[in-house]
Amino acid sequence: MADNKDVWCVADAKGGKASPGLFELLGEGRKLADALGQKLCVVLIGKGVAGGAELGAYGVDLVRVIDHAAFENFTDEAYARALAELAKKHAPRLILLAGNAFGKSLGPRAAALLPAGLAAEVSELSFDKAAGAFMGSRTCGGGGFVAPVSWTAQPEMATVRLGSFAKAAKQDGKTAEVAVEAVDPSGWPVRTRFKAFSPEESKEIDIGRADVIVAGGYALGGAENFKMLRELANLLGGAVGASRRAVDSGWIPYRNQVGLTGRTVRPKLYIACGISGQIQHLAGMSQSGTVVAINKDPKAPLMELADIRVEADLFEVVPAIIEELKKQKLA
Amino acid sequence: MIGENLHIVVCVKQTPAATAALQYDAAGMPVAAQWAMNPFDEYALEEGVRIKERLTGKAVVTVLTLGAAGAIDAIRDAIARGADGGVLLSSPDFAGGDTYATAYALSSAVRRLSKDKGPVDLLLFGKLTNDSDTGSVGAQVAALLDIPCTLFVRKVAELGGGKITVERAVEDGSDLIEMDLPAGVGVTKETNEPRIASLKGKMASKKAEIPTWGPADIGADAAKTGRKGALALWGVPTVPPKRSGGVAIDGATAQDKAKNLLAKLRESKLI
Repeated sequence: MADNKDVWCVADAKGGKASPGLFELLGEGRKLADALGQKLCVVLIGKGVAGGAELGAYGVDLVRVIDHAAFENFTDEAYARALAELAKKHAPRLILLAGNAFGKSLGPRAAALLPAGLAAEVSELSFDKAAGAFMGSRTCGGGGFVAPVSWTAQPEMATVRLGSFAKAAKQDGKTAEVAVEAVDPSGWPVRTRFKAFSPEESKEIDIGRADVIVAGGYALGGAENFKMLRELANLLGGAVGASRRAVDSGWIPYRNQVGLTGRTVRPKLYIACGISGQIQHLAGMSQSGTVVAINKDPKAPLMELADIRVEADLFEVVPAIIEELKKQKLA
Repeated sequence: MIGENLHIVVCVKQTPAATAALQYDAAGMPVAAQWAMNPFDEYALEEGVRIKERLTGKAVVTVLTLGAAGAIDAIRDAIARGADGGVLLSSPDFAGGDTYATAYALSSAVRRLSKDKGPVDLLLFGKLTNDSDTGSVGAQVAALLDIPCTLFVRKVAELGGGKITVERAVEDGSDLIEMDLPAGVGVTKETNEPRIASLKGKMASKKAEIPTWGPADIGADAAKTGRKGALALWGVPTVPPKRSGGVAIDGATAQDKAKNLLAKLRESKLI
């Protein structure tokens, strides 16, 4: 085995600042770096990357900055080459990326360029000191299974299933060292051109960030009934999620979809209203802190695995919860 | 869309038809009663066929699959749904690979296809497979061919003049990205609605001659394919322990249940 060193967590710096996906990695990254007895490094790629030192508050020792106009926006081609060149230069031991569109695009391309072994959708990772190797597990089989993973070469690379790792706690007062890296893309062929970004504004809290999610399924029967869930979510300071069938029916946007083909979430509280709990849905929310299932059918899979189950008609009990919450707020 | 000739290759995988009843054997290979084209790959195939139909020039859609001998059925299904032909990569040397070893074999096959049938202009992939959940192979095939690639594409906005412009879905919106051809594109299910096989297509698929290639046919080093070439390994998948020990909220009426639920959540400091 090679003599590679350090744990790298890679992020894009859209607008100069590290993207939120990075913070999914740092808590676990710190633990793994400690297990190795090595540094936790962040690789920030962007244009006009500001700071980086403040990431020390999340346990980061060193921030490696790749800053060039060519990296203003994320393109697979330029970013993967930059990461691969940097990794060839410094030989990191472990490279982690968040399992979002960025990480799942950049990770495999950079891995192929190195080449390095990449495990996708990793939900657990530890360092086996006796074996001197990383061991992990990853989700597969449509989200319903976990399989052990290992690597045959270094660096070991993984994209981390969103919501699998606890977010890093912030400790004020610490700063990270910042190293500006000399990666020069000016001579690289440019075959990918970023033309425009169109933001999708939403007044609602994003389900990826919400502490409370109130989710609805096909049993809601129509778009208008999601208003009720939205009201409950607002009262609880949360967001609205949905099953695939509710999204496919056009009742709620795709961005709200929880599950295998939607998004993976990890709120403190997940309230599933009339969601039976197909394996594909469970794949997106099984890491939630506390799961409440409201369903008429006590045999629904989600009722059987929920922490709290309410056997009831959602059209009766959800309005009752809303009313009760309003009453209690007034009192 | 202008009239030009295009060679489109769609990479598909044959996977268990229903993941609800999925099981794995002692070697970690999926066991299923029925197999079909990976549902996510249907969107890649459909996009390839639609591009072909829109072009005024001559386009050819070739389907590429790596798998066991039975995976030829996924190619026949693809031809029945509009592909012009296909190639099966099948050999004991290809078995047990990770995404990198698989991408190495696929990229070698794309090189041979370029020689045999004319340069490949566009490579299409599905978002991920329903059995391994990786979604990494497409990006790695493109990397090994040294061509640009964009994943999470929800719309092919423009194609022509040696370029493709795609709309990529990201967490907070969408990116518009232009790439020179040849290029790779990984599509999501938002791109289209896959068609079902036509009668004419089914006839064509029955008659189609589908070659099977091994490492020697594609100039691949057998030591770099399959399990031998894998840089990451996964073991036998198991079903994770289910959460259990849940409590039921009682109550004679919906109002009682609502009150009791809120009391329970408050007691647990969740609200």
